[in-house]
Amino acid sequence: MSRRIVHIAANTFREAVRDRVLYNLIAFALLMSGAAILVGQISIDIERLVVVNLGLTAVSLFGMVIAIFIGIGLVSKEIEKRTLYTVLSRPVRRWEFIVGKFFGLAGTLIVNTFFMAIGVFAALWYVSRHFESPDGWVLVALYFIILQFLIITALALLFSAFSSPLLSAVFAFALFVIGSFAEDLRGFAALTQGATRWLATGAAYLVPNFSALNVISSVAHQQPVAGQLILYNTVYALIYASMALCGAVLIFEHRNLK
Amino acid sequence: MRASKRTTIAASLLLVACLLGSVLTLRRLDQLRSRATLEEVLYISSPKVLKRLSLGYDGLLADVYWTRAVQYFGSKHHAGAMHYELLGPLLEITAQLDPQLVVAYQFGASFLAARPPNGAGQPERAIELTQFGIRNNPNEWKLYYSLGFIYYTELKDNARAADAFSRGAQIPGAHPFLKLLAGKMAENAGELETARLLWIAAYKTTEDKDIRANAVAHLNAIQVDEDVTRLETLVGEYQKKTGHLPATLLDLVAARMLPGVPVDPLGYPYKLTRDGRIEVRMPDELPFLKKGMPPDYVAPVMPKFPKTQ
Amino acid sequence: MPAIEILGLEKTYTVGFWRKRPKRALLPLHLQVEEGEVFGFLGPNGAGKTTTLKLLMGLVYPTGGTARILGKDVNDPQMKSQIGFLPEQPYFYDYLTARELLEYYGQLSGLEAKPRSRKVDEVLSRVGLADAGRTQLRKFSKGMLQRVGIAQAILHNPRIVFFDEPMSGLDPMGRREVRDLMEQLKQAGKTVFFSTHILSDAEALCDRVAIIHRGELRGVGAVAELTSTVHGKVEMVWEGTLVPAWFKSRGAACHVSGDTVRAVVQEQDQEAAIDALRRERLRLVSVVPVRMSLEDYFVEKLKPAEAKAGVRS
Repeated sequence: MSRRIVHIAANTFREAVRDRVLYNLIAFALLMSGAAILVGQISIDIERLVVVNLGLTAVSLFGMVIAIFIGIGLVSKEIEKRTLYTVLSRPVRRWEFIVGKFFGLAGTLIVNTFFMAIGVFAALWYVSRHFESPDGWVLVALYFIILQFLIITALALLFSAFSSPLLSAVFAFALFVIGSFAEDLRGFAALTQGATRWLATGAAYLVPNFSALNVISSVAHQQPVAGQLILYNTVYALIYASMALCGAVLIFEHRNLK
Repeated sequence: MRASKRTTIAASLLLVACLLGSVLTLRRLDQLRSRATLEEVLYISSPKVLKRLSLGYDGLLADVYWTRAVQYFGSKHHAGAMHYELLGPLLEITAQLDPQLVVAYQFGASFLAARPPNGAGQPERAIELTQFGIRNNPNEWKLYYSLGFIYYTELKDNARAADAFSRGAQIPGAHPFLKLLAGKMAENAGELETARLLWIAAYKTTEDKDIRANAVAHLNAIQVDEDVTRLETLVGEYQKKTGHLPATLLDLVAARMLPGVPVDPLGYPYKLTRDGRIEVRMPDELPFLKKGMPPDYVAPVMPKFPKTQ
Repeated sequence: MPAIEILGLEKTYTVGFWRKRPKRALLPLHLQVEEGEVFGFLGPNGAGKTTTLKLLMGLVYPTGGTARILGKDVNDPQMKSQIGFLPEQPYFYDYLTARELLEYYGQLSGLEAKPRSRKVDEVLSRVGLADAGRTQLRKFSKGMLQRVGIAQAILHNPRIVFFDEPMSGLDPMGRREVRDLMEQLKQAGKTVFFSTHILSDAEALCDRVAIIHRGELRGVGAVAELTSTVHGKVEMVWEGTLVPAWFKSRGAACHVSGDTVRAVVQEQDQEAAIDALRRERLRLVSVVPVRMSLEDYFVEKLKPAEAKAGVRS
């Protein structure tokens, strides 16, 4: 069982690579180089701040776009092109297919992020010619960004299992935006009353909590990230991604493949 | 031949478990995050930069920051804080993003200017904020009211307060009491009377719950002030007449000095002490009291605001 | 134990967004296929052939009835390692090469690494794609894709193969090759279940056929039986160009070519026809029984519905 999941994941990774996804790294490299050079010439003291802010934001956004655009097609494309038929006629359980796809895309994003991380640190070196120990927190910020990717990938996969690519993209993107304001949403909910409060609170707890996973700004100011926060964010991301995957598995299991 | 039951049940159970788990984890995360640092909450502390970054969606972002400001103040106030460092920046960002959000200026006038623990104690900053609001909303008479309010209550600058009120009174559609207030300022009229007018105006110029509750609390305190003064005067008169202090307030009623035992704004009858002083029964429920408290009374750090209807 | 057992399998779709109307794609189907058989599933387009195959592959869930393959439920992974499936007009991951695709499928079918590689080579040459192994599938023609499809279906040496329109998109050479391959499978004792609307293929290959139309089974049986039972005809050939009046009055099909006439008459009229020829002193060259073709049987079976609803193209 686990070997089939690995094979499916590997194939998904291969598909993403051959789809020239990794070319986004070129755009990223250009962006970072340009920014580093510009900033290096402008002002003192905030070069590191700008490089970290810009670099991490770019990693996050590029990755989100990739996660959404590939994620939404993971299942729907296979159904539409009927490549799924010959896969499912083999001893592959439907849920193995979903899980394999998830790991394939997650793996792609992790590899992508790894290369981008090198880019960020390279730019940091370029503008300041040295590393300081607080720079280590940048790694934590990157780790949190990867956790965000896990969540959004699982969500995109969930939507892909029942919805068309266009709608899936809209939903996924909407959840990304709303999720970034998740804490504010819970705040809004606390100010309402009655039935609205129940609904709003329910929604506020259901949307993915991206706000807690965004430590870009504090890391740019070289502030440490609490160990507890790392722990709970990890737990949350894993739980949430699993939840979305369960949803995807359930939907896919019961779907008639026309 | 049907969908696998095993998979369905397993996935459903796991989904429910994850749902519960995620809610619990979120609550823990919220707790951790409430101790967040300044930079994190403000993310980008320059209002102008933020406005540019908001890509034209500044209205929505303004609403977000406004909500954050209200929550920030509300939760800190509830906990009896003495410092509100973020209130100023949050309101300034809100105003920059949406200069027409009048309630933000009013909130600043009420809570940014006021002394801790009821406010951030930054009247100068509040004045700047309100003036920014006036520049962007020249026809909004309520903001002149707010300006005058700050000058009078926190800076004790009657002249400037009068100036603000009269400028506001000139705007078509302004509420008549602005003119009244301008007059009162100018003639240095009785403080209590002026204060009452001021707080009534504060109540009427806004729909915001918190500002109104604050105004009502002040009005109650003024009422108590007047009642206690009046009652203590009557007690003095009684003593002069009879040569001894009344035992209870009923004695005053019997002497036809009062129609009945008077009650405080909360509905509880006033108390007459052994030494002829008047006290309220529940001082904790009446913030901002200047009179009518027991001798060694210390106001609680967490003031209870009355609920407005 | 039959290789394939279909018991009352049916599928009804609900179509329409507001007012849901039921669409019966497959009426309760009862069918059995034994191991080693080559079974043809015939019918016009839209008859329900693909629906049946999808139900058997577990891609679609039935509204009623069940089916068992090799005695196991259709979703059983153990059983799936012993079957192969070629869908209609297949499409494969076009970013992979043929070898990579087959390796991937081999992995999913549970083949071990070393024998897998060997089998991929074997099967590629068997379908005539030995040279195209390293070409990306996006560059493959329709015929080549069909061959890859067959390759992935037989890669893991399954006991039963299911083909949905295996000849579609192939030129005559390709079709010949596929027919040969199916023959080879049969020789090897495999069970072949295939659907098609091309009757000549079925006639040549199948042991038994089933005819399905508008979701309903119209007839099942061995090809030989089906075509021989119903009233046969005889073909008579005689010298000359004269066609006796008798033939014309019977409405028999007559064909004059060169100096012979060829006519087809009903079997029971054979004697009368010979008499007619003798009266005209025509020299009879041959009398050969003409078996009804499967096509005739097919059209025959389809008739009642056609008469009601008009002929479908």
